[in-house]
Amino acid sequence: MTETTRLSLHVPEPAVRPGDQPDFSNVKLQRAGAVPRPEVDAAPETIRDLAYSIIRVLNQKGEAVGPWSGLLSDEELLTGLKNMMRLRAFDARMLMAQRQGKTSFYMQHLGEEAVSCAFRKALSKGDMNFPTYRQAGLLIADDYPLLTMMNQIFSNEHDPLHGRQLPVLYSSKEHGFFTVSGNLATQYVQAVGWAMASAIKGDTKIAAAWIGDGSTAESDFHSALVFASTYKAPVILNIVNNQWAISTFQGIARGGSGTFAARGLGFGIPALRVDGNDYLAVYAVARWAAERARRNLGPTLIEYVTYRVGAHSTSDDPSAYRPKTESEVWPLGDPVLRLKKHLVLRDVWSEERHRQAEAEIMDEVIDAQREAESHGTLHAGGKPPTKDMFEGVYAEMPPHLRRQREKAGY
Amino acid sequence: MTRMTMIEAVRSAMDVSMGRDDNVVVFGEDVGYFGGVFRATQGLQAKYGKTRCFDAPISESGIVGTAIGMAAYGLRPCVEIQFADYMYPAYDQITQEAARIRYRSNGDFTCPIVLRMPTGGGIFGGQTHSQSPEALFTHVCGLKVVVPSNPHDAKGLLISAIEDPDPVMFLEPKRLYNGPFDGHHDRPVTSWAKHELGEVPDEHYTIPIGKAAVRRAGAGVTVIAYGTMVHVALAAAQETGVDAEVIDLRSLLPLDLETITRSVAKTGRCVMVHEATLTSGFGAEVVSLVQEHCFYHLEAPIVRVAGWDTPYPHAQEWDYFPGPARVGRALIDVMEA
Repeated sequence: MTETTRLSLHVPEPAVRPGDQPDFSNVKLQRAGAVPRPEVDAAPETIRDLAYSIIRVLNQKGEAVGPWSGLLSDEELLTGLKNMMRLRAFDARMLMAQRQGKTSFYMQHLGEEAVSCAFRKALSKGDMNFPTYRQAGLLIADDYPLLTMMNQIFSNEHDPLHGRQLPVLYSSKEHGFFTVSGNLATQYVQAVGWAMASAIKGDTKIAAAWIGDGSTAESDFHSALVFASTYKAPVILNIVNNQWAISTFQGIARGGSGTFAARGLGFGIPALRVDGNDYLAVYAVARWAAERARRNLGPTLIEYVTYRVGAHSTSDDPSAYRPKTESEVWPLGDPVLRLKKHLVLRDVWSEERHRQAEAEIMDEVIDAQREAESHGTLHAGGKPPTKDMFEGVYAEMPPHLRRQREKAGY
Repeated sequence: MTRMTMIEAVRSAMDVSMGRDDNVVVFGEDVGYFGGVFRATQGLQAKYGKTRCFDAPISESGIVGTAIGMAAYGLRPCVEIQFADYMYPAYDQITQEAARIRYRSNGDFTCPIVLRMPTGGGIFGGQTHSQSPEALFTHVCGLKVVVPSNPHDAKGLLISAIEDPDPVMFLEPKRLYNGPFDGHHDRPVTSWAKHELGEVPDEHYTIPIGKAAVRRAGAGVTVIAYGTMVHVALAAAQETGVDAEVIDLRSLLPLDLETITRSVAKTGRCVMVHEATLTSGFGAEVVSLVQEHCFYHLEAPIVRVAGWDTPYPHAQEWDYFPGPARVGRALIDVMEA
């Protein structure tokens, strides 16, 4: 006899809501240095545990420990710190610019700076990222001009995208940054195709796909994993788990799967899970995956465990769905402060130099902003020519568009 | 010159293109080893190797999404969607990505891909092997949409599509794969061997995208059609004796408005024919353009003959398919109006 009962629908809920005490007791943390570092040609089935652990290098004291440490020089780490600080300062100024009406929209990276800044350093010139809207650190760490980013945000006369795109949806082939789309997850499978193309041509370049925790629920995430697995494409499949998809907690997309990284296992794709707020760990894991791809060993899936400290966008108010102080108790801390602590401990950095660098970086950002604004903002000053609205739909303008452009008076 | 079926012409276009350009890659479901469920890619894998022509998982968004990424790298993917009826899972990639990459990146990235898809009815394909979804593409800025009606055009247009710098939706009327079809389902099937447009050059040639062809010159009424309906329209003109000028659009987007308006200015009458459902079908766009550009030449209301606004039925195939009787009636009506 089978027992039956009235069925009920399970709808996951975050542990806490506004007004509750923030609680991250469900985040299981390994000590820094505790997770082993396998060989890059390890068979996926032998490293399944890595999809359920969190690879960490920096410990509580700020020391770099364990098998994933020792890859970056002091100089490289100082550059990394400054890039993260640059991204944070940039965010702060652009958020303010949006509040002042100089642009319609902005999206911050607050708390997630290590992920894109450190990852970029594991790639080589010619590799291609297929980013989401929250990886501007890939550009900043590749020395893409802040001024050009701001011109795009302000849709001004020097906007490289000629005012056609929403702010932050940058594009730079030269800097290995594929044109960002508003449609979630679409670029994840495109990255796999780019990597397949590199393999078809016998090239040495690799691709990196990016997606957030929420968007892993999109069908293109699944398509990407199938194709990457089938063709052993030289691609790094990145999932940035910042716990939140606008107002939706990550449990809604993750369901009962344990971790996002674990999704790779079913496709035979080696999967790693890493402390996304640990610059050294992010770099180490990215380099491991890049080496696998370059040695034609196929794709790697990486889940970066981090926390979206800021609002989803300038159109969002997180206090409506999560405790205001939640980010303060996030167990993985702040990526900038953690790297700073490490560098101070190593005696190559100090409080004083940090404050000085903050001031210098803010000056740099303000200078760029001043110049960008001299070329116009969304509602004032220089603009891309309206006539240009009709250009670039096709390589060559077809007759019907020419007629419309004439009718519009251009 | 060789006598070819439309399938052979399509295959020859890919063969010629792959031979000329190492960046042309062909893939899709059952496209590799097996050579495609319609044999369109037969022999290509054996000739060019598994990395140039290969089988894909059953995932339309995966096929189109990876093709877009390959195009961003610099390849020229010519991929197959097994039936146009199954392109919907890829619609996001087609409309939001392929069509817009050039525009949104200001030319930083481009998307020179071709999506081949068998389309149209008349084969007892039922609801999901008969659809004509071209209007879902012609409404998307940034795409080109091509529908050949014979082997000669199919090869020349497909080579043009592969060489085009922008995404091209290449809809192949599967009812025409093996021979012309005028809607007379009760008569023996004819083959391309006896048709002058079944004569196809073996080498490289192109037919420009955006140029229509006049298949029958006439002075009484302009009939605008594409794909299988070109042959139906020709049969209807012959059987009714109406002096129709039959235009085969070949490209729906961009559209050869000049050839259309020149003809309607001459005839003063216009009938638009397509298999796809009527409401908001591509015919509505053509009719609107004709009335806008030829209003003072028109001597009768413009008429549309199309599939009914229902899903494509199975048993009622020939009551649904706009055959020569329905088209012929429209020709007579518009002449008498």
